[in-house]
Amino acid sequence: MNNSTAIASILLAGILTNNMVLSKFLGICPFLGVSKKVNTAFSMSIAVTLVMVVASAVTWPIYHYLLMPNYTYLETIVFILVIAAIVQFIEIFLKRFIKPVYNALGIYLPLITTNCAVLGITQINTANQLDFVRSMINALGAGLGFMLAMLLFSGVRERLETANIPEFLKGLPITLISAALVSLSFLGFAGIGG
Amino acid sequence: MANKNIGYFTNGLLKENPVLRLVLGTCPTLAVTTSVKDGISMGLAATVVLICSNVAISLLRKVIPDKVRIPAFITIIAGFVSVVQMLVKAFLPSVDKALGIYLPLIVVNCIILARAEMFASKNSVLPSALDGLGMGLGFTATLTLMGTIRELLGTGMIFGQPVTANFISPMIIFLLPPGGFFVFGMLVAASNAIAKRQGKQPVEHLGCDSCPSKGICGKTDCAEKEAVTNE
Repeated sequence: MNNSTAIASILLAGILTNNMVLSKFLGICPFLGVSKKVNTAFSMSIAVTLVMVVASAVTWPIYHYLLMPNYTYLETIVFILVIAAIVQFIEIFLKRFIKPVYNALGIYLPLITTNCAVLGITQINTANQLDFVRSMINALGAGLGFMLAMLLFSGVRERLETANIPEFLKGLPITLISAALVSLSFLGFAGIGG
Repeated sequence: MANKNIGYFTNGLLKENPVLRLVLGTCPTLAVTTSVKDGISMGLAATVVLICSNVAISLLRKVIPDKVRIPAFITIIAGFVSVVQMLVKAFLPSVDKALGIYLPLIVVNCIILARAEMFASKNSVLPSALDGLGMGLGFTATLTLMGTIRELLGTGMIFGQPVTANFISPMIIFLLPPGGFFVFGMLVAASNAIAKRQGKQPVEHLGCDSCPSKGICGKTDCAEKEAVTNE
């Protein structure tokens, strides 16, 4: 993925072929932890997508105008602090101005600071040297991909509740093995979007 | 006293193995275990960060105000991760290439923040260092095991040396993401079975107990929610 890649293919790759959770293994904690019900999975992924896009928009100018070319080694430490600040800020903003959204998403926001998908997407943007627009598209695609994986998987898990599971696989093991099968289905997308 | 210190060290190795018992740090466990070498290097890099951050946080535990402790911990951890990142880039460029973005992502590895929050911020320096060492080696051991299984089944080799490659054709699926989830699921099942035999609670789900953000998101109280949804 470089600058010449078409925008549509970045979006498709983010959603399907390079799915954040199922092929890059980022954001596994919310994927396994908050996917018990379709509703909560949906709210969590909306919050993650929002933070991802805003974080990409904020970290891009910081990286390209402040850290480049001499201070790029500060990337990790600056990005994580910026993300922590953004999450805090979004929380305050929503609480003050858009109360219904805050009531729906607020509880997930503190969990997102330490979500590796958010730090991951900003790092991927700089590692692939994407320009501003492509960084945003990449973040949006990754967020939507995260949402798709979360929704599919929460549907699977609601079914698992009533399934007859072998004793030794009950709990986390069966969750991981179902995740393996969902991820297997995503392998079918390989090649789409370049 | 000496016994107690050994206890801090061995705790992380088996009894409270961070990956299999506490279910922390699942992202790197799945992502970088396609070969033994990558697993070991990720484990050791995280161990170094874990020991350093545990020591630093334990030293500063009386100075850091309670309200801003999580951002403070994250900053300290990010500092050590940057140091490790620069050292690896300078001396082991091949490792840097293999681990890619997962190296800087050690910052958000829940094991490190969880140990800072659960252990280092409440204990003195020596126990914290030993806890970091034990937890780090427990993490490394699990990654090595995962790496061995996946490399052996996926390529028929270990450390790039053919083992079964000449008479069993390798199953590439184990190198791909589904293989990672599957092997991890099986390892957790095995660890649960052993825990059960010893009369301990098997790991049922990845709940709030193992979440390092538990402290900051007291209002979510997902433990309670989880209980409600279970009923």
